Amino acid sequence: MSFIDYYEVLGINKNATEDDIKKAYRKLARKLHPDLNPNDKNAHAKFQKINEANEVLSDPVKRKKYDQYGEQWEHGEEYEQARKAQGRPKDGGGQNFSGDFDESNFSDFFASMFGGASEGSSRAQAKFRGQDFHSELAITLEEAFTTHARTLKIHDKNVRINIPAGIENGQTIKLKGFGGKGVNGGPDGDLFIKFSISNLPNVKRLGNDLYTSVDLDLFNAILGGEKIIETLSGKIKLIVKPETQNGTKIRLKGKGFPVYKKEGEFGDLFVTYHILIPTNLTEKQIELFKELQNIVP
Amino acid sequence: METKEYITIDFFCRQHGIEVSVINTLHEYGLIEVMLMEEKEYLPLSELAETEKLIRLYGELAVNPEGIDVIIHLLKRIKSMQLQIQLLENRIRLYEENT
Repeated sequence: MSFIDYYEVLGINKNATEDDIKKAYRKLARKLHPDLNPNDKNAHAKFQKINEANEVLSDPVKRKKYDQYGEQWEHGEEYEQARKAQGRPKDGGGQNFSGDFDESNFSDFFASMFGGASEGSSRAQAKFRGQDFHSELAITLEEAFTTHARTLKIHDKNVRINIPAGIENGQTIKLKGFGGKGVNGGPDGDLFIKFSISNLPNVKRLGNDLYTSVDLDLFNAILGGEKIIETLSGKIKLIVKPETQNGTKIRLKGKGFPVYKKEGEFGDLFVTYHILIPTNLTEKQIELFKELQNIVP
Repeated sequence: METKEYITIDFFCRQHGIEVSVINTLHEYGLIEVMLMEEKEYLPLSELAETEKLIRLYGELAVNPEGIDVIIHLLKRIKSMQLQIQLLENRIRLYEENT
């Protein structure tokens, strides 16, 4: 546990007036408020720090204690006893913002010195929204292809979620009320789950379209024929046109990835033909190719 | 037909410890939807989270309704740009995996 310089947190000097503190706090709060920085954990952490700094510096009693014992915070207990002996003055308290602020997120330093949020502060009576939880979930491309349920353990609580087919890599879904408990009857926070979806070795996804390549033997490519391929939605029979060139790309409409939250709608599947040149030819085969070479203009 | 659930404005204001005039002001600026049914005013439940956000901006950050309108507009743009960045990152990943 280390000392926190609340003056530095608010960017003010030690002689700052109440008005200076209020101004500095308001300015930073406008910059770092969770509503203005959704999904920015860094801003949320900073916002909690400035809230804590304001909790101390805007309250004359706390500020006095902090100024006197700040860096020697271990002696807070002695101060407390002396203060009790003198009778407890009324806390001034300052305005604190709710946003995404969770009372349990006071630093250890604060808790050690002040023992949590004070009874006299405005925070004690106010309702606060619970903390938002953030989580990451890795799923495979096959799993993202179908709507399915998953049970996650979030802060020792089992949360069952429904993952809609077509969810995108990097997409975040919000589960309202599955975050931290609200304080003093305030609403519970939300749970944000970010999805990380891995591509398959031979199947790439781009939006709702899928891309794959298929090996085609030389004779099928020249003469045409049929080719059966495995896709995420099952086997598909491709009709290969005669004289198909290497690198030819075909589009199979509606055989791609499901469109997120649009049942029955799918992207397209793009198949690139990769023509295999035969190897280890027999003498006879080489002879025939030579013959062919002489015929082809 | 889409069905909506509503919450009375009186109840909402009591829960959040705010004056009804705050809701009226936000409504006047077209920032929130208010329904009048049998002489009582209601907020749609589906808009609750957004309304709470507006109240925080109005009450806690002292942003006026015009400012809130600008902020909401910009937040929407940021969200749309973040989505675009994510799609572009996925596209880059596709090419990186191919090389």
